[in-house]
Amino acid sequence: MNDDPNVPVIEVKSLTCGYGETVVLKEVTFAVHAREVLFVIGGSGCGKSTLLRCLIGLLKPFQGDIAYYGKSFTAADAGQRRNILKTFGVLYQNNALWSSMTLAENISLPLEEHTSLSPADRQEIVALKLTEVGLAGSEELYPSELSGGMQKRAALARALALDPAIVFFDEPSEGLDPIISREMDELILQVRENFGTTMVIVSHQLSSIFRLADRVIMLSHETKGIIAEGAPTELAATSADSHVRDFLKRDDDLPDRVNKNSAGSDKLIKNENKT
Amino acid sequence: MQIGGDWRLNEPVPAWAGVFGKEAAANVRVVPENLGQWDTSLVLFLVHGRAWCAASKKEFHTEAMPENLQALLRQVPVSSVTKPPPKAAVRLRDLAASTGEKWAHHAGQNVSFLGECTLGFIGVAKHPCRFRWLDCLVEMQQCWGSSLPMVSLVSFLVGVILAFQSAIQLQQFGAAIYVADLVGLSVVRELGPMMAAFIVAGGTGARFAAQLGNMRVDEEVDALETVGISSVNFLALPRLLAVTVMMPILALYANVLGVLGGMFVSATMLNIPASAYWIETQNRVGFSDVSSGLFKCLFFGLAIGLAGCLRGMKCERSAAGVGTATSSAVVTGIMLVVLADALFAVIYNVLGV
Repeated sequence: MNDDPNVPVIEVKSLTCGYGETVVLKEVTFAVHAREVLFVIGGSGCGKSTLLRCLIGLLKPFQGDIAYYGKSFTAADAGQRRNILKTFGVLYQNNALWSSMTLAENISLPLEEHTSLSPADRQEIVALKLTEVGLAGSEELYPSELSGGMQKRAALARALALDPAIVFFDEPSEGLDPIISREMDELILQVRENFGTTMVIVSHQLSSIFRLADRVIMLSHETKGIIAEGAPTELAATSADSHVRDFLKRDDDLPDRVNKNSAGSDKLIKNENKT
Repeated sequence: MQIGGDWRLNEPVPAWAGVFGKEAAANVRVVPENLGQWDTSLVLFLVHGRAWCAASKKEFHTEAMPENLQALLRQVPVSSVTKPPPKAAVRLRDLAASTGEKWAHHAGQNVSFLGECTLGFIGVAKHPCRFRWLDCLVEMQQCWGSSLPMVSLVSFLVGVILAFQSAIQLQQFGAAIYVADLVGLSVVRELGPMMAAFIVAGGTGARFAAQLGNMRVDEEVDALETVGISSVNFLALPRLLAVTVMMPILALYANVLGVLGGMFVSATMLNIPASAYWIETQNRVGFSDVSSGLFKCLFFGLAIGLAGCLRGMKCERSAAGVGTATSSAVVTGIMLVVLADALFAVIYNVLGV
């Protein structure tokens, strides 16, 4: 692997992609650097997931190039593609654990596919990864026997099975309660500290954005491209685009709106009493 | 106008036009009078009133109504004379074009899937140790287990029906013993394999489509691809091989049950002893009849497996998509089986088998 710090880990050059004849993203260019946590944000339907699907090779871009460590992914042949796939793990929105396999089999399948480790060593790694995400001892459980939060952690364990240099997250805290979603954030931070992993996260969760992100890029449905790029606190404070500022407005910036709402509802109740 | 009482959507609401009738009021002022509980029905009533007033150039005042009701009324813009959306006109030419496009798209998908499967099988031949043998065995077991009761029942009954129908005709000529020939040949050459194939298409083919379709909806197939595992090699090939191997075995079993069905009718209705029936069957039904029937079963199995896996893996990402994929897998499977059978009928005829 190329360790030159000047070469970006992921480089996306004028990427145009979409489905069928609909263009979802047009001429998108950005780079992700080593050990960086990049959040991709934007309103619903702005192409966040499409961008992610392009980055992990599930969707062929119409135009443009995606390069990992300076090597093109779009133009890679089967062998090169496999080598690049090895360098990243993906945590899917629905977890996408293989439902017909136990957790142990789920985690050891990538190892089986890409390494020549002995079954005993693989078992060892499986136990290690499960412990890392706080699921020690649940090797023989099937995904359907786990709660949503546990499935999410198991999926993270699988994404980390090959100690990838890059991990992609699709809505990591979607559908989790606030406590578990905070734990998930902690887990993500911990992984980055331990392994120096580069992370690309698609998310709406404001708290996670401010807690984790080094940099965010914001996509827009109207321009089909990036409308803002930078550190989240900076963007929230200084962005020229009011839409960007609105999007990144945190709850503690909204006390008067909350008050206004509660005043309104008081009035409603009063009215009802009157009538 | 005074408005009072309870206004509920699930109770009858007076029509605005009916309230005023031909009585010409200059302007309308709505005033609450013992107004009880109200919901959207009152809003709707007042919106109609406002539209009616606007149409007949009258003023419409609601200031006396509760503030929250006025707020709701303001949310409905004055101009909203809501029209139902126009029905999309379907033009024959557009329909033909889109159907053509769909067909071309599907044909492309099918060909690429077939290609991937072929490459996959070549890969398996080169590195047999990398094949998921265990998955294949599990699928075989499931295919056998789930089809067996239905295959037993259906093929036994097919034998019974055939024997019964032919017995009525053949008895008139005193040729009842030939029931054994007729049942034996038609079951072994055609009906045994066909019935088994239909049941496998309905059971195993549908299961493949539903399983793979669900895996696609849950992104499990994507997860395989991003780990660098070809979903065709991992999911489709073991299933294809399993159903291809199991199909002739099930057909052989169906043959036996079909002949037994014929034997049962002959013994009970025609008074032909089972041993005589068996000897007659043995004399007439040769090895080539049995093997020709079983040989085409390999292709039936392959067709059913391909239809199931293809529909499942190209399934739309929704619950409805899985349903469509499953039913389409069964229909495609049965259609392919019949087509293959017709093809084999011609080939066997030319070869003189």
